[in-house]
Amino acid sequence: MAKITLKDIRHSYYSSPTADEDYAIKHIDTIFQNGGAYALLGPSGCGKTTLLSIISGLISPTSGNIWFDDENVTEVDTIHRHIAQVFQFPVIYDTMTVFDNLAFPLRNRGVSEADIQMRVQEVAEMLDLEEGINRRAASLTVDGKQKISLGRGVVREDVNVMMFDEPLTVIDQNLKWELRSKLKELHQKVDTTMIYVTHDQTEALTFADEVLVMYEGKVVQSGTPVELFEKPMHTFVGYFIGSPGMNVLPCQVKNGDVVFEDLNVLCSNQAAASSVSSGMSTELGIRPEFIRFADEGIPVNVRRVDDIGRHQLVHVEHGQHGIKMICPEEQPITEGSANIQFDPSRTYLYADGWLAENSNTT
Amino acid sequence: MSRWLVPTLYIVFLLLPIYWLLNMSFKTTNEILGTFALIPLEFTLDNYIKIFTDPAWYRGYINSILYVVINTVISVSFALPAAYAFSRYRFLGDKHLFFWLLTNRMAPPAVFALPFFQLYAAIDLFDTHIAVALAHCLFNIPLAVWILEGFMSGVPKQLDEMAYIDGYSFPRFFVKIFMPAVASGIGVAAFFCFMYSWVEMLLSKTLTSVAAKSIAATMTRTASTAGYELGLLAAAGALTIIPGAIVIYFVRNYIARGFSLGRV
Amino acid sequence: MNKTIKQGAWLFVIPVVVLVAFNALIPLMTVVNYSMQETFGDNVFFWEGLRWFEQVLNSERFHDSFVRQITFTAIILLIEVPLGIAIALCMPRKGFWVSVCLVLMALPLLIPWNVVGAMWNIFALPDIGLLGYTINAIGIEYNFTRQPFAAWFTTILMDVWHWTSLVVLLAYAGLSAIPDAYYQAAKIDGASRWAVFIWIQLPKMKRVLTIAILLRFMDSFMIYTEPFVLTGGGPGNTTTFLSIDLVKLALGQFDLGPAAAMSLIYFFIVLLICWVFYTLMMKNEQQ
Repeated sequence: MAKITLKDIRHSYYSSPTADEDYAIKHIDTIFQNGGAYALLGPSGCGKTTLLSIISGLISPTSGNIWFDDENVTEVDTIHRHIAQVFQFPVIYDTMTVFDNLAFPLRNRGVSEADIQMRVQEVAEMLDLEEGINRRAASLTVDGKQKISLGRGVVREDVNVMMFDEPLTVIDQNLKWELRSKLKELHQKVDTTMIYVTHDQTEALTFADEVLVMYEGKVVQSGTPVELFEKPMHTFVGYFIGSPGMNVLPCQVKNGDVVFEDLNVLCSNQAAASSVSSGMSTELGIRPEFIRFADEGIPVNVRRVDDIGRHQLVHVEHGQHGIKMICPEEQPITEGSANIQFDPSRTYLYADGWLAENSNTT
Repeated sequence: MSRWLVPTLYIVFLLLPIYWLLNMSFKTTNEILGTFALIPLEFTLDNYIKIFTDPAWYRGYINSILYVVINTVISVSFALPAAYAFSRYRFLGDKHLFFWLLTNRMAPPAVFALPFFQLYAAIDLFDTHIAVALAHCLFNIPLAVWILEGFMSGVPKQLDEMAYIDGYSFPRFFVKIFMPAVASGIGVAAFFCFMYSWVEMLLSKTLTSVAAKSIAATMTRTASTAGYELGLLAAAGALTIIPGAIVIYFVRNYIARGFSLGRV
Repeated sequence: MNKTIKQGAWLFVIPVVVLVAFNALIPLMTVVNYSMQETFGDNVFFWEGLRWFEQVLNSERFHDSFVRQITFTAIILLIEVPLGIAIALCMPRKGFWVSVCLVLMALPLLIPWNVVGAMWNIFALPDIGLLGYTINAIGIEYNFTRQPFAAWFTTILMDVWHWTSLVVLLAYAGLSAIPDAYYQAAKIDGASRWAVFIWIQLPKMKRVLTIAILLRFMDSFMIYTEPFVLTGGGPGNTTTFLSIDLVKLALGQFDLGPAAAMSLIYFFIVLLICWVFYTLMMKNEQQ
């Protein structure tokens, strides 16, 4: 178990990167606390798997350092970093039995056969693998196999960090839930630092205490699921998290006022409006959950209403701008013109994609 | 660095006899028999000129290439529907039939040399290109079926079902959709058919005499009648490497994947 | 894959069956015919029953060439398969050089078999061949046309030269189909290089290696042209393998009866070994 510190990590797959675009990881500076459950969330190609490989030592970064507690492990190879990893699809040793698969990492490390017997039994029990433990691993179903690859990590006691690279991709929908709760349960039992990579927000938000949202080789925000939802630091976070994502609307800043299509809009970070310089592109972010119909406010045209279970998803239009809003199920909505209001405490001003901040505070 | 050493040494080992063959092909008979030299001292193209000007020689190449191409076309086009049947359907005796086909790949050509001679003589095909092409089908069709079946099993059945839903007739589906989907398999099968037909010498020698005489027959007969003309023989041998090299060049990108025969 | 039961599929198979049956059954019947009769020419035949089979099975000549054949096949399999795997393991995985390596390695496979024999003849001749000359120059007496050991050595070396590439290509194809994650997982599990080979690479190569061994077994068991051109079966009969012996018997001495009986026995042996192999393979695949 260890606290993991990433300092000024940059990585490029080119041998001599020049432009910023050459970098798969542009700049990452972050700390994973000992025993925490983290998720790296982002679309494919955002660099999350690269970051995982840097932590595990399969890739060495172009620049920057990695620390496990007080030890700089940047130059340490994979095996001596004592990490465990579960891959997208199950990696098992086909010709071994389930038992031998689980025992493999221990045998390679010269653990005594008696200890192996004990540890493997314990882990098999934890993962419901005792049944058919002496069968060939190749005969298991996909989720069983994925449990084995998970088990090979859990079985070791020296593990600094367990990493998961989209481990549920190939698992059937109905088994995903089961495996995910198994993981959560496991985290409580073994108390190892866990890092979970995914592009699925539900997986990330249910698994992790802290989610790091990655976008184009950078961590754009890290925080608890609630923080990410309520106060996205970047329009990408707002857009990527939530279903549907945040409404992002173009706006202007005039004399400290935020103006959307000639209408003044109040924002929670209104104070920062004055520090936005004129060359920046400015946008307004508001989640569909925080918009409601009102007698006065922004005039819109209601185009369509979708029933999405316990809520209604309402598509409205102001000029050319489509806006989505979520209303309670019982509320009667008619198509045609109406007025809507944004909750000022949940409305944010973004400059060049980032949440506008008062220059005094930064 | 040491990792590179093994393949490099192996390739050097592979190239040495070829180098020696080329070396010999540029020497005069006198030099070959008189001195031992790593490069031709009296460089000559006479051997090659003889081959390209003497019809008895260059016809051998044309004949060989002809029957190889005919065989490849027949083998692959016959094997395609059969491989499809084996990969998609179960039918009475399918497994036995498949094994029976494979057994023909295991038949030693020496066993069949004489009966083939009699069979093709009886149906008046002796000394024709088609005779050799048909005879080589004995081992090439089973091989092509085997390879193609592997590739076709790797194509999901949903492809067939989708095509039927889209209203494709079977022949149109097979040619327009299915064959492109197994294109690399067809390439690999054709490569193997070409290879085994091109290198096989016993049957092609037995089944031809004058009109369709293969290069192998030309080489052996010349070797025995004209005495020991090593330079000429070396030049003829060197030229037989070229068609193979051309074919390899075309399939170079498929070699690594293709040799796994579709399902690993 | 679940296959549909459809008897109509026979229609697809008929062309192949007809063509192969034409090539296989008629000659095979001819052989069976000969194997039970005696002829003194002029198409006059006498019924001989199983006498030729008895004669062949009891003949020392057949025993000798059979033993030679088995020895030869065993030796080349023992050399070519491990060597081919080793070379494939050492090959680079990506880049320009991979294509160059593969193309160069495939070259011997596409050289006509009589040319392979002729090439090695020229290469190994003691006075003018590079190999023969070099071996003699370092003080070892070597002449494959006179010394049985030298003849065997040259024949085996030729076969290794000719066919190891097939094993390399197949093994390499198997290796490059292994996803990177397996190697990464093995690294994380602390597996040694040897453990990676035994538990990942070898199991993943099983199928292609089966094909390689099967093809090498069949082709080496039928080998005719290359050793015939190289040594003519000599010196004496020391490199007379089954096919060479058979052709000598059938076309050289025109002993059709014994030759046909020998053909059938020969074919039967190949079939038997391949059938055992095939069933084992199928059984394995179903697991």
